[in-house]
Amino acid sequence: MIRPITPFPTGAIKQIEGKSIVLTGNDIDTDRIIPARFLKCVSFDLLGEQVFADDRKELKGEHPFDLPINQDASILVVNENFGCGSSREHAPQALMRWGIRAIIGKSFAEIFFGNCLALGIPCIKASEKIIESLQQSITSNPGDFIRINLEELSISDSSIKYNVLMDPGPLEMLKSGAWDATSQLINKRSEILEVMKNLPYLNNFKY
Amino acid sequence: MSSKTLYDKVWDLHQVSQLPGGSTQLFIGLHLIHEVTSPQAFSALSEKNLAVLSPERTFGTVDHIVPTLNQNRPFADPLAEEMLSTLEKNCSTYGIPFFGIGSGKQGIVHVIAPELGLTQPGMTVACGDSHTSTHGAFGAIAFGIGTSQVRDVLASQTLAINKLKVRRIFVKGQLRKGVYAKDLILHIIRKLGVKAGNGFAYEFSGPAIESLPMEGRMTLCNMAIEGGARCGYVNPDQVTFDYLKGRMHAPKGKDWERAIAWWKTLSSNENAIFDDEISFDANDIVPTVTWGITPGQSIAINESLPQSTTFEVKDRPITEEAYSYMKIEPGGKIEGLKIDVCFIGSCTNGRLSDLREAASVAKGNHVADGIKAFVVPGSEKVALEAEEEGLDKIFLEAGFEWREPGCSMCLAMNPDRLEGDQISASSSNRNFKGRQGSASGRTLLMSPAMVAAAAITGKVSDVRHFLKDDSNS
Repeated sequence: MIRPITPFPTGAIKQIEGKSIVLTGNDIDTDRIIPARFLKCVSFDLLGEQVFADDRKELKGEHPFDLPINQDASILVVNENFGCGSSREHAPQALMRWGIRAIIGKSFAEIFFGNCLALGIPCIKASEKIIESLQQSITSNPGDFIRINLEELSISDSSIKYNVLMDPGPLEMLKSGAWDATSQLINKRSEILEVMKNLPYLNNFKY
Repeated sequence: MSSKTLYDKVWDLHQVSQLPGGSTQLFIGLHLIHEVTSPQAFSALSEKNLAVLSPERTFGTVDHIVPTLNQNRPFADPLAEEMLSTLEKNCSTYGIPFFGIGSGKQGIVHVIAPELGLTQPGMTVACGDSHTSTHGAFGAIAFGIGTSQVRDVLASQTLAINKLKVRRIFVKGQLRKGVYAKDLILHIIRKLGVKAGNGFAYEFSGPAIESLPMEGRMTLCNMAIEGGARCGYVNPDQVTFDYLKGRMHAPKGKDWERAIAWWKTLSSNENAIFDDEISFDANDIVPTVTWGITPGQSIAINESLPQSTTFEVKDRPITEEAYSYMKIEPGGKIEGLKIDVCFIGSCTNGRLSDLREAASVAKGNHVADGIKAFVVPGSEKVALEAEEEGLDKIFLEAGFEWREPGCSMCLAMNPDRLEGDQISASSSNRNFKGRQGSASGRTLLMSPAMVAAAAITGKVSDVRHFLKDDSNS
């Protein structure tokens, strides 16, 4: 089955809403999100179908990403250290192409967080208590609708509003649309050349 | 004297601008690319009609997908062939130096850049590969990036990033015989956990670190990421300079003298302020082996497998998941556990000194019946030097296979993989579920010498029983 693709993130990201999906467990690594054999590709296009391929095969249709109720979910709720391991952007690409547009968890691995940011996918931190409560509430009310408000750093489900966390840098990048950094970086050409002029290893080690 | 760490000094030198929201635009001195994480970055450049700003500051090689038995082109696997030819085409289009198979310079990206003298103290190093932390062994700030950032570095030689905190990991004492940098880093990750490094760079220092040769320091920094630290580093010293001297891309002549003078200024100052400090005693460490599905799930060779109840409540589910996946029981010993496959290689432990240590164990012994054991040198240069020393013959006589260089069964993107629920003793860096190419394959991480010992006995073994009193330092 080819999944219908909703538009990928663009521009300023201030609010996201959608159906939630829960994936429990600490230290879910990027090899599990997208096993290495699917990295044999020169484009990201087909990765959405392959997300969590081995875990899903093992659970024979019972994996959260296979349950019919979750098929149009877009907000993923995870636990601790999600996305650890390999730097493969294929992991957030696979999640994005499956339909995920935001992830809420207790913590995220550093590189994974940055890779998501570069795609306009916020990784939002919440306390263990909030994550537990949220996961319980979604589990008893599958597909529960969640609203994320990055302006006031809150998330709300059908009954409760929670305060959540994000470092100011990435938060500002998302809210301003500056998460797509390429053009900003290129525009600093003269500053880049200035740094190059002062780096000892680019200037015969004069310092 | 200021209270700056090496991390602060190198960061300050490479800052280009502050981006809206407070991220830093950081200049990247050395950018390394390989076939897995670069093709989509080049496609994005082409879609946006962007040029590569400094093609001479990017170097490419092929490592993840290369077969280790027959490297003749075209590869038997059409997808692998497509990935390599795409990289070759991209490097040629944009004028990026490329080290291809047979060039004498090809190998695992984190093995070749140091051996070619590309990695130097005081640089920022980025690559679309989490084990880029390896290069921190030279006193560089080196970290893995995703493909979008590969695109940004190609286009601007910079990327948007937030500064990390620095945790100093001070290791006193000296590693004992039969205990290697691999055991040290597995021990550190076990004690601190796989998430402790999130938000931190790890500075490794102290007498035990200063005594490590460069290749040991690379092993250590390589696995900083397995403890969650995106970058790890060691302050540069005479060991660093001696390693670099005369290497192809190392400074020469008058530049060399000036380079050393500059490099000496980079170390963290005596009164440097760290965000956190932890110390270990190298004398306490014994050969260490992972038993679970994260690199933090390890034990000393002489310990019993831990009961789930000895872990914090939040860590019990993954402990139980690990026992179930690994099909072993708490309370038993890891020593004596039967294994099926032995893999010596990877960016963690595929360098010449690793092969020497493993060969010293293999010499005069033979791989146990029914065990598949193979050695994959980290690069063409490692292979050549090992062959000049006769290490290949030692391995072959002992019943190991001697393969061509590449990443191989570390992540099994080539034909080298586990079958079914085989157990491997592996000198690589990750024991994640399915990591070595079979969805139920099981991985035990250990030093290359320990892998060689396991190959000979057919089970997890204490390498110290193999070492004569006069061998190993």
